[in-house]
Amino acid sequence: MVTTENTIEVSIGSALEYLDLVQLVTDCITRFMGFDEDSSHWIGMSVRESVTNAIQHGNKLDQSKKVEIRFEVSPEQLDVYVTDQGNGFRIEDLPSPLDPENLLKPSGRGIFYIRSFMDSVEFRRLSRGGMEVHMVKRVSSN
Amino acid sequence: MKIETRTVGDVHILDCSGKITLGEGTMAVRNTVRDVLKNGGKKIILNLADVNYIDSSGIGELVSSYTTVTNQGGKLKLLNLTKKIQELLAITKLLTVFSVYDSEQQAISSF
Repeated sequence: MVTTENTIEVSIGSALEYLDLVQLVTDCITRFMGFDEDSSHWIGMSVRESVTNAIQHGNKLDQSKKVEIRFEVSPEQLDVYVTDQGNGFRIEDLPSPLDPENLLKPSGRGIFYIRSFMDSVEFRRLSRGGMEVHMVKRVSSN
Repeated sequence: MKIETRTVGDVHILDCSGKITLGEGTMAVRNTVRDVLKNGGKKIILNLADVNYIDSSGIGELVSSYTTVTNQGGKLKLLNLTKKIQELLAITKLLTVFSVYDSEQQAISSF
């Protein structure tokens, strides 16, 4: 883990065992920023979902590939960047979990939840390869 | 994640506690529901009162268990949703799918 002023960076291997660690770091940061319990919970879940996707779907559990999580803390908002080393995806290709034909599918809700609980979410393919998810939660929406 | 199974008549109540997250938690729910089905149980209640955390995979496992039980001619109902689980089910329109109860007695007599 690397910390500089207002930035905390965590780099993990592509193993689900690290999810609790990432969540712990996220919870510490949101509490430090003064988010209330509910907001902290939903931010933690959003980061967890994003890192789960990066490990599972992005890096396909390849232990040699890293997932990087960067938290940028400011008085106004928390920015979280989750980066994997996978092939990326087009967000518009993802089916909506609310469509009647998808309602009973066992998966496909993670990104929907992230979008529901964070103030903004952007997805970007990186020129060096991999996918970056950028999530923002504003302190004022707390 | 811990699941204790008890029976009231022919109703199987699965008292879940801890985290239902991808991996150990979701597997525990899946395996326990399958065991009940394997032993002939058709009426299943998942008591989620003490589930302090669930992720999208956990929600997916609830859906998966529901369809597995339904496809085998059984019924699966949810008891004592926490506020957070209720919210996750509501925004993904799953509250319209599950039968949800706040009272164990009502859940049992609903079968």
